[in-house]
Amino acid sequence: MKIVVCIKQVPDTAEVKLDPKTNTLIREGVPSIINHDDKAGLETALQLREQHGGTVTVVCMGPPQADVALREALAMGADEAYLISGREFGGSDTYATATIIGAALKKIGYDLVITGRQAIDGDTAQVGPQIAEQLKIPQVSYAEEIRVEGSYVIVKRQFEDQAHVLKVQMPCLVTALTELAEPRYMHAGGIVDAYQQTIKVLGFEDLKGLLNPEWIGINGSPTNVAKSFTKQAKGEGKILPGLSVDEAVAAIMETLIERHII
Amino acid sequence: MNKDIYVIVEQRDGVIQKIGMELIGEATKLAADLDEQVVAVLMGKGIADQAETLCQYGASRVIVIDHPVLEHYTTEPYAKAVHYVISTYSPNIVLFGASSIGRDLAPRVAGRVHTGLTADCTGLAIDPETKLLMMTRPAFGGNIMATIVCKNYRPQMATVRPGVMQMPAKDAARKGEILRVDAGLSMSDMNVKLMQVVHDDKKVVDITEAKILVSGGRGVGGSEGYQPLRELAAVLGGEVSSSRIGVDSGWIEKNRQVGQTGKTVRPDLYIACGISGAIQHLAGMEDSEFILAINTDVNCPMMKLADLGIVGDLKKIVPKLTEAIKAYKENQRV
Repeated sequence: MKIVVCIKQVPDTAEVKLDPKTNTLIREGVPSIINHDDKAGLETALQLREQHGGTVTVVCMGPPQADVALREALAMGADEAYLISGREFGGSDTYATATIIGAALKKIGYDLVITGRQAIDGDTAQVGPQIAEQLKIPQVSYAEEIRVEGSYVIVKRQFEDQAHVLKVQMPCLVTALTELAEPRYMHAGGIVDAYQQTIKVLGFEDLKGLLNPEWIGINGSPTNVAKSFTKQAKGEGKILPGLSVDEAVAAIMETLIERHII
Repeated sequence: MNKDIYVIVEQRDGVIQKIGMELIGEATKLAADLDEQVVAVLMGKGIADQAETLCQYGASRVIVIDHPVLEHYTTEPYAKAVHYVISTYSPNIVLFGASSIGRDLAPRVAGRVHTGLTADCTGLAIDPETKLLMMTRPAFGGNIMATIVCKNYRPQMATVRPGVMQMPAKDAARKGEILRVDAGLSMSDMNVKLMQVVHDDKKVVDITEAKILVSGGRGVGGSEGYQPLRELAAVLGGEVSSSRIGVDSGWIEKNRQVGQTGKTVRPDLYIACGISGAIQHLAGMEDSEFILAINTDVNCPMMKLADLGIVGDLKKIVPKLTEAIKAYKENQRV
């Protein structure tokens, strides 16, 4: 069983703070991490390998610095790592990204593809299903449990107030929730080994026979950002400091009555 | 020539979900700017008799695809059905709910028709000059807003989170055309097997439906800290919700989480108790009609967002407030 896990290197948005004066994001010094959902997917892949044998390959599309994320995945125990990188890929939207990663997966080969549900910087949850469409394989998204039985994968899928248990034949793609598994720590030996392994780089030249070059990068992306802006603050509210408990309750009561809430 | 705005209506267990009506309401506004029509697409098994309701909410036409393979949502039969509708009728715009169905289905369909898709939009508008759909969505945890366009491909597609758009009024006298189509589906389209549907045992609450939410954060301090909030919610006829910390710490159920990884809510009253207001949380509740913050930290972001900010200890204020409301209501009754 060849499991391929797609990971993304993202800024740790939990560390992103606002500049109180300009109301813009302070990005300096924000560490890069493996996206949480992806890391849970990687952990599950490693567990499935331990139970059933096979190999775990990690792929990451990004700039050369994304190498760090792949080293971390190797240190957790992945067998091999691919960096998909090239300036032709820059500015890709989800469709173009899925086209590129899909081409890479066709080259690498797979039985089970695991991606995270969504990345914390973009939050679209689109790339996983769009890769599955590129590969013409079934997808199951929002996995909170994954089991393998022979050539089938059994996935418990979160479905708001319900869960669906689905059985699907490999090859297939599953998108992982953070809740799927608690990622293991890298071990010291693993870190040393990870820096001795070669990360294979797939560039445009390696993939151009497997994709339509018109459909990638900023020019090939169906969607474009027309503008971006920081959210406008709404009208000033009223802040009441220094009230006693009874005064605070009275102030709230006044508002609730005034607004016909009670 | 692509025209009209298509809304992919969601049903679960044969019940049409509110998001479908919210999208029809929004589509109606966009359609007026384009001089086009709103078409609802209703898919499921034995759901055809509900099509009229969608006309009452504003759809000019309803395309019904009624087939046993559509009984429960699975990706491929639904993707095939929507793809059939798009390739047959060439819509200008297709809208989906950003639910666990829409976020699974829409990207698959966008991939198949080769067009753009914008996730989790909070604002949709038609550019007066280009007539393009301007799709605005939060990025980076909700603080930066980006407006996305899809110039060269059709249909223009977007998912919209439930609770973001307003429900349109229902007009029982409104009629529309109901069109039953056979999308060429068969049971063999199902490439996954649904083995089991697991229902959550806990009482199912939908905090997006609540008019009043009493929400707890780090400041409540633990699972028992939510009890006074429950009592306050009970006297107000509301529900309890939570910021992420409460869910991650196991103090409260996940389906009560407000925020980017939880739900988007816009109640009439949102009482934020001990929630400092991380941007991911604010993204899920900032459109609430009235925000009351109770927090010891006067400088926290929630205080800045709040319509009324009370600086103080929620553990003292909340129980007394509950008592005061009870007493007030008692007095009103006499």
